[in-house]
Amino acid sequence: MLETIDMSLVDWSRGQFALTAMFHWIFVPLTLGLSFIVAFMHTIYVRTGDEEWKRITKFWMKLFGINFAIGVATGIILEFEFGTNWSNYSWFVGDIFGAPLAIEGILAFFIESTFIAIMFFGWNKVSKRFHLAASWLTAFGANLSAVWILVANAWMQHPVGTLFNPDTARNEMINFWDVIFSEVAVNKFLHTVTSSFLLASLFVIGISAWFLLRKREVLFAKRSTVVASVFGVIAAIATIATGDTSARIVAREQPMKFAAMEALYEGQTHAPLVAIGAMRTDTTRLPNPREEFIFKIEIPNALSYMVFLTPSGFIPGISDLVYGNEEEGYMPYEERVERGAVAIQTLKELKRARERGDESTYSALREKFTDPVWLEEYFAHFGFGYYQGRELKELIPNVKLNFYSFHIMVILGTHFLIFTILVLWLSIKNRWGNHKWLLWVALITLPMPWIASQAGWVLAELGRQPWVVYELMPTISAVTRLKPGAVQLTFWIFLFTFTLLFIAEIRIMISQIKKGPGGK
Amino acid sequence: MFGDLSHLALQQYWFVIVSLLGSILVFLFFVQGGQTFIFRIGRSDAERTILVNSLGRKWEFTFTTLVTFGGAFFASFPLFYATSFGGAYWVWMAILFAFVIQAVSYEFRTKASNFLGQKTYEWFLFINGLLGTFLVGVAVATFFSGAQFSLNEMNSVTWATGAGGLEAALNPFNLLLGLTVFFLARVLGLLYFMKTIDNENILVRSKKALFNNAIPFVVFFLAFTVWLMLREGFAVDPQNGTVSMEAFKYLHNLLAMPVVLVMFLVGVLAVLGGIASGLLREGGNGIWFAGPGTVLVVFSLFMLAGFNHTAFYPSAYDLQSSLTIQNASSSHYTLEAMSWVSLFMPFVLLYVIIAWRALNRKKIDEKEMQEEHHVY
Repeated sequence: MLETIDMSLVDWSRGQFALTAMFHWIFVPLTLGLSFIVAFMHTIYVRTGDEEWKRITKFWMKLFGINFAIGVATGIILEFEFGTNWSNYSWFVGDIFGAPLAIEGILAFFIESTFIAIMFFGWNKVSKRFHLAASWLTAFGANLSAVWILVANAWMQHPVGTLFNPDTARNEMINFWDVIFSEVAVNKFLHTVTSSFLLASLFVIGISAWFLLRKREVLFAKRSTVVASVFGVIAAIATIATGDTSARIVAREQPMKFAAMEALYEGQTHAPLVAIGAMRTDTTRLPNPREEFIFKIEIPNALSYMVFLTPSGFIPGISDLVYGNEEEGYMPYEERVERGAVAIQTLKELKRARERGDESTYSALREKFTDPVWLEEYFAHFGFGYYQGRELKELIPNVKLNFYSFHIMVILGTHFLIFTILVLWLSIKNRWGNHKWLLWVALITLPMPWIASQAGWVLAELGRQPWVVYELMPTISAVTRLKPGAVQLTFWIFLFTFTLLFIAEIRIMISQIKKGPGGK
Repeated sequence: MFGDLSHLALQQYWFVIVSLLGSILVFLFFVQGGQTFIFRIGRSDAERTILVNSLGRKWEFTFTTLVTFGGAFFASFPLFYATSFGGAYWVWMAILFAFVIQAVSYEFRTKASNFLGQKTYEWFLFINGLLGTFLVGVAVATFFSGAQFSLNEMNSVTWATGAGGLEAALNPFNLLLGLTVFFLARVLGLLYFMKTIDNENILVRSKKALFNNAIPFVVFFLAFTVWLMLREGFAVDPQNGTVSMEAFKYLHNLLAMPVVLVMFLVGVLAVLGGIASGLLREGGNGIWFAGPGTVLVVFSLFMLAGFNHTAFYPSAYDLQSSLTIQNASSSHYTLEAMSWVSLFMPFVLLYVIIAWRALNRKKIDEKEMQEEHHVY
């Protein structure tokens, strides 16, 4: 069915989207968190009238502004790329996916962009209270923007609230509330924003540590650290809690992603959790190629416990999913592909019958699409049908990348929790800054949340492969049929542009930080 | 309320909303138009800083409107989004780049260690003003002149030319609208300067430039309008959805919809009145006529393109692939759900106006640039 697709087109299109999304995600989490930190600081200033807090607020606000601009610049590219590079996807799911994007524009972006102007320029132009409200509304608007795009992404991971309409051959929304309040969407939102708050907190702690190391602006740095560490501890706890829930949801809704992120090939009860491990590719075994651990440290029973809260829970491995496991109720992929192909064929016949004006055939076929048994037995495998005649291994996501992304995220997350608690405790005791080595740890920790955050997205998106909409629409069928050369060209143009912007951004940030809160 | 409306009524409602966003966007292109004058009117560094800052407090509105326009089109007419963006790849990519370089330029322009230098960011703003307005004009003109796509049975788009939509810029009709939008944006930008900046040099130069840009704007606009009224258009048979060419289609549409005709004429008069006010009178309130006038005119053009059984995104290459508000839209349920959200739009408009007024109570001058803590 998809034999004619040029894989280099798919790869370049995916590469371009990944490049844009990851570049976008360098700036966005910082603005999500920093906007709230600034609003807190601004509140303290308005409450106390202490000019030092005004300096503190203005300094972090300036860094926020620099990041905001570049986040905006890359955000629009993502919106356009859905259309330019994933047009089949845009049409197939525009009903569900487009709506959150439109709502995001109407409800969230305008709040953000309107009040950000007041926030920056309002110091002497509007009343103190209106100005403070603008700071909060900017933070609120920025985070509200995140809601909608994450709802859309959650739907791709776990399509709910929709029904396939055989007449239009599209997925159409039937329940808006199911889409926005799906467990996946709520969890994804909470995990994404709280981890962004954590990232921003560690940024503020790290930059403040630099000032303390230089013995500059000590009061400014200590006060900033207090605000950031309070915010950071809360965010770290929330990040870990939502991350834990997220893993459970993935285990239930996306067993293949879960198996890949733990590199679990053979399903088992009392499944251990690999705490740390390194892998190499073993091409001699099936499913082929297979990743083998060079070494690993396991926590017995932990994986089963994490998912089922009891060690006797069965976790399916990649083999169980691909080759089936009758005992545990997993249908082999080969069977799913066949059944999916039947569903696709039925859809085609329906279309032909409609075009011929063959009413009786049409209504007989049309009925199937409302028959819950047929839907369950055949249509549920629709996406698999596209893989008829292709290799089964294409249905397995990249195990190594998923495994490492997941583990990097977890290990760093644990470090962040311990570290923010330590910083908060020492700050309360007014001993933060007494130990030089801890300040260095803060500085070294500064870039780490970016690694964790990017790893989280790598896991979310690569773990979903080969699907663009989980088990419903393959990535290869979502792509716009452009010439691979065209996408390749725009990829390099983007890379070049992003590199220039990144260098400019980093240099501006460093120079602004060096200036400190006293400078312009 | 919305649930009782027919699918067609919701499709029309959303075409109206998208058109409204599109027309507000063209009005807000005064930011882009203003950016093309950074070098011409801002002779000294201080003057350029005033210009950039007066625009810099508004650029986000234009940008956000563009993003919302795209999002609303995606949600309500996903087949248009998929077809036009996926097909006219290079046009949209060019528009995209023009806006990406704008978004960073205000914030980065005068910051220390900005790597590319102040001049580069000013050029970015200039390029954004030039390309952004012109290409959007060209792209919208294909609503009347047709694009080069075909759709297969799965609605997957194929573009007939290798130029990915850039070929549209070679069509003189499209070119006329591109140039019209460009000069209109410049005119609006100048009127905006006259309204918000307190600087004698800038005022004098703006007035002079206003005359020089209003002339080509009027000429291109008239030529485009006359051509549009005379050209054949893409008519849709309401019975079976077949698309065919109809002579004087857009003139017929204009006459068939008297409300649109009135809006169009009032809009044109308001724009011309705004320009005249800018040229002849002190006080600089021209923008308050030309701005709403622009919204009315652009809105009526969208109505001509999509209503009265017309294909709003026609294909000149494969007539039956043409998109209408009926065959390109989302489902009834999605349009209904979004319609509820659209009720927030007046509220959004209200706080935008409050915020706008809060920052524009006083004209911008050199003194403020020296005292203000946040300067672009």
